Amino acid sequence: MNTRLNRRHFLGTAVAGLTFALTVADGGLELIGESRAAESGLAPNLWLTIGADDTITIVSPAAELGQGSWTSLPLILAEELDADWSKVKLAQPPVWDPKKYGNPEYGGVMSTTSSFAVRGYFKPMRVAGAQARRVLIDAAAAKWGVPAGELTTEPNVVVHKASGRRLRYGEIAAFASVPAELPKIADSDLKPAASFRLIGKDFDRVDVPAKVRGAAKYAMDAQVPGMVYAAVLQSPYQGGAPQEVDDTKARAISGITDVVKLPSGVGVIGTSVEATQAAKLLLKVTWSGTLAASYDSEKVLDEFAAIARDKSREGVEYAKTGDAGAAMQGAAKVMRAEFRTRHVYHAQMEPMNATASVAADGKSAELWVGTQGPSGLVAEVAGLLQTEPGNITVHQHWVGGGYGRRSQNEVITDAVRLSKAVGKPVKLIWSREDDMRGGKFRPSTLQYIEAGLDANGKIVAWHHRVVSESVTTYMAAARGGTPPKTDQIVMKGTPVPMYGIPNKRAEHVVELRGARLAALRGVGNAPNAFAIEGFLDEIAQATGKDPLSIRLELTAGAPRMAHLLRTVVEMSDWHRKRDGRGLGIGLMEKDDTLAAGVAEVSVDRRTGKIKVHNFWAAIDPGIVVQPRNVAAQTQGSIVWALGHVLREQITIKAGHVQQSNFPDYEVMRMSDVPNIEVKVVSTDNKPTGAGEDGAPLVAAAVGNAVASLTGVRLRELPFSPDRVKGALGA
Amino acid sequence: MVAFTLNGQKRELALDGETPLLWALREHLQLTGTKFGCGVASCGACTVHIDGAPVRSCITPLSMIEGRSVTTIEGLSPDGSHPLQKAWVAEQVPQCGYCQSGQIMQAAALLARNKAPTREQIVEHMDGNICRCGTYLHIISAIQRAAREA
Repeated sequence: MNTRLNRRHFLGTAVAGLTFALTVADGGLELIGESRAAESGLAPNLWLTIGADDTITIVSPAAELGQGSWTSLPLILAEELDADWSKVKLAQPPVWDPKKYGNPEYGGVMSTTSSFAVRGYFKPMRVAGAQARRVLIDAAAAKWGVPAGELTTEPNVVVHKASGRRLRYGEIAAFASVPAELPKIADSDLKPAASFRLIGKDFDRVDVPAKVRGAAKYAMDAQVPGMVYAAVLQSPYQGGAPQEVDDTKARAISGITDVVKLPSGVGVIGTSVEATQAAKLLLKVTWSGTLAASYDSEKVLDEFAAIARDKSREGVEYAKTGDAGAAMQGAAKVMRAEFRTRHVYHAQMEPMNATASVAADGKSAELWVGTQGPSGLVAEVAGLLQTEPGNITVHQHWVGGGYGRRSQNEVITDAVRLSKAVGKPVKLIWSREDDMRGGKFRPSTLQYIEAGLDANGKIVAWHHRVVSESVTTYMAAARGGTPPKTDQIVMKGTPVPMYGIPNKRAEHVVELRGARLAALRGVGNAPNAFAIEGFLDEIAQATGKDPLSIRLELTAGAPRMAHLLRTVVEMSDWHRKRDGRGLGIGLMEKDDTLAAGVAEVSVDRRTGKIKVHNFWAAIDPGIVVQPRNVAAQTQGSIVWALGHVLREQITIKAGHVQQSNFPDYEVMRMSDVPNIEVKVVSTDNKPTGAGEDGAPLVAAAVGNAVASLTGVRLRELPFSPDRVKGALGA
Repeated sequence: MVAFTLNGQKRELALDGETPLLWALREHLQLTGTKFGCGVASCGACTVHIDGAPVRSCITPLSMIEGRSVTTIEGLSPDGSHPLQKAWVAEQVPQCGYCQSGQIMQAAALLARNKAPTREQIVEHMDGNICRCGTYLHIISAIQRAAREA
């Protein structure tokens, strides 16, 4: 978006003195205290402080969910600063002020979602580093009385080659001051990629040592003096408000002190986790009826199918190339396909929780949380308490799994309400059952695609209709805002820019049924690629092509994608036939990142169980900052999606989620994981995301592999054994 | 009152014997390295050792540890130098990291009785520990590395 605006913002802001006092101390994101901060010398801009001891403290603006942004973003600044990485310490933003630290490509807010951290902060952090380097050079030049142009840098050192003089950054920080007008940095002042010394080389992640000692602090680990505990019985469905509350048995539990009505739940306050969790289960509550109270996840899919086939039901246009309608009319042949995908659950290992302490006057609060969206949280809680954002203090923690779930803050706002009600700090913990039954899921979708073929079997028209509820509408409603016109979370992946089809249309028919929804790692790309890639294989078969030849043809004008396709063909030894095993391809594009995958599967026809033996993937996210981490993220997102593809599903009957814990919602375990090989391809393109791009490959590649092996097309997710058995007619 | 040994130190806790060991560790003793994940012994995030054997502390009442020796991730090594912890860093295993205390404690119990486990033995032993970030292949590599380098 507007990088210039953002740059001007901090270019014009000289920061006097100390800017921040938070850093990664030992395990946590903890205060290091004013005394330590007072040693700091020079803060050339909002993003860093250079200490007289030669340490460089860099602000890391993204939440660390496990995706590695805490390492990769500061590394980008360090690259342009020519910093000695071993001298770098990391700090949280001193304020959760989106005007200062917002992601310029994500609406200017501080929100770690959509794999947008590196994409959005790459440029600002490079400019900040280059600007700080210039400040150091200018200060050294003035001290030595030489032109700045004669100075160069080595890691953490300014060098005057002609005289052999050297000054460490820390030495400069001890005497230098920040100029009133900061140096301007043009694109041409930034390093060419060929000179990168840190970017593209693998460094150990900064969060790992604490995480192997059990010292890393998550919000669940918060201990606040005087705090009490809370559990919440939530409405089973969206929007249900508590009506009759019988808390007699709950209050009889030793240690229970208060029972508090919440907008969509009932809170139990007490002196221990055990007491509050036990008491919560003894509450008897009736809930107001809402649309969601009658939600039936299977029935809804049948309704969506009828809507998808009914062309009079116009949807919201998401993407368009050419004129798909006219081209479809003129096509020699039209093929159609339907696919269904079901709700899945984040199952982040750290159940939702928050600790909140609201001041006695109710006008300020401290929060101990792990959130993907701290600046939005500050605004939300300030609104709730009818106070200024500056009165809300957020203690951000390492996040024990986000995947989109921790972009929604209802547990935190409930903790705020409870703290306000009882006048004490409150630690609210959801049990796993609370987390699953109160989950916010990937929406169920009905995927309906038509393809128009010319007389030669070439695809001339492509019309992808998705019928589902809207995640962005749901999220906007939850925050009291206006929903955007289109839903990127559901529709990403439908524009298929890598395929050279002259007329394309992606359309979202938005239905309202009342399910609780969220973005979920892999977002719409995963369901959409399942439909798109499966249908492509069907078209290939109908037109005398094969899965590879049709994609080579369609990606002829997309060299980056074609390269990835050839890469996974080679990795998988695609042309080698395997007894009793099938291969399938899946491709995907998400926000300009490209990925390709091949799955190798076998199917036990008696049980319907699919076994994935191998998965090969290649990813091109442009310039790669941390290759080993990108490979790990891609691999992890493949494992994640395998669960969604092979067995995970949330079913909802009469508004009630039917699953409750890991025994009946079975995520992938070690024994389920195939051999996975990932090739990371760094290209000289703007860096885009890399946190979830394996996920959309999985249903596509596994579904295609099963079809190739058995001749049977699986049209519904998940490919659970009973469904596969049914499809195979066994 | 429950008396037991915790990470090598004698401890006494004035808590109900029904209290799950997990919450006693986390909220009463502030040893928060042991994590709450599911509460039904289905995910392994709360794994600790009792007399050297891996157990799920979320379903272990305090009464069961009377007179016994409990080791948590904080007590596995004084400074993160257990071969598994070093291997976990070398292989860059953790992503979100929330499950990793439990993974390491589970793996430590395996290596304590089997210095050179096969891949199949590793998978069988570790299958009760969920990692939602999907770091399983890195965990296998780290256990193999620790076995090799210990």
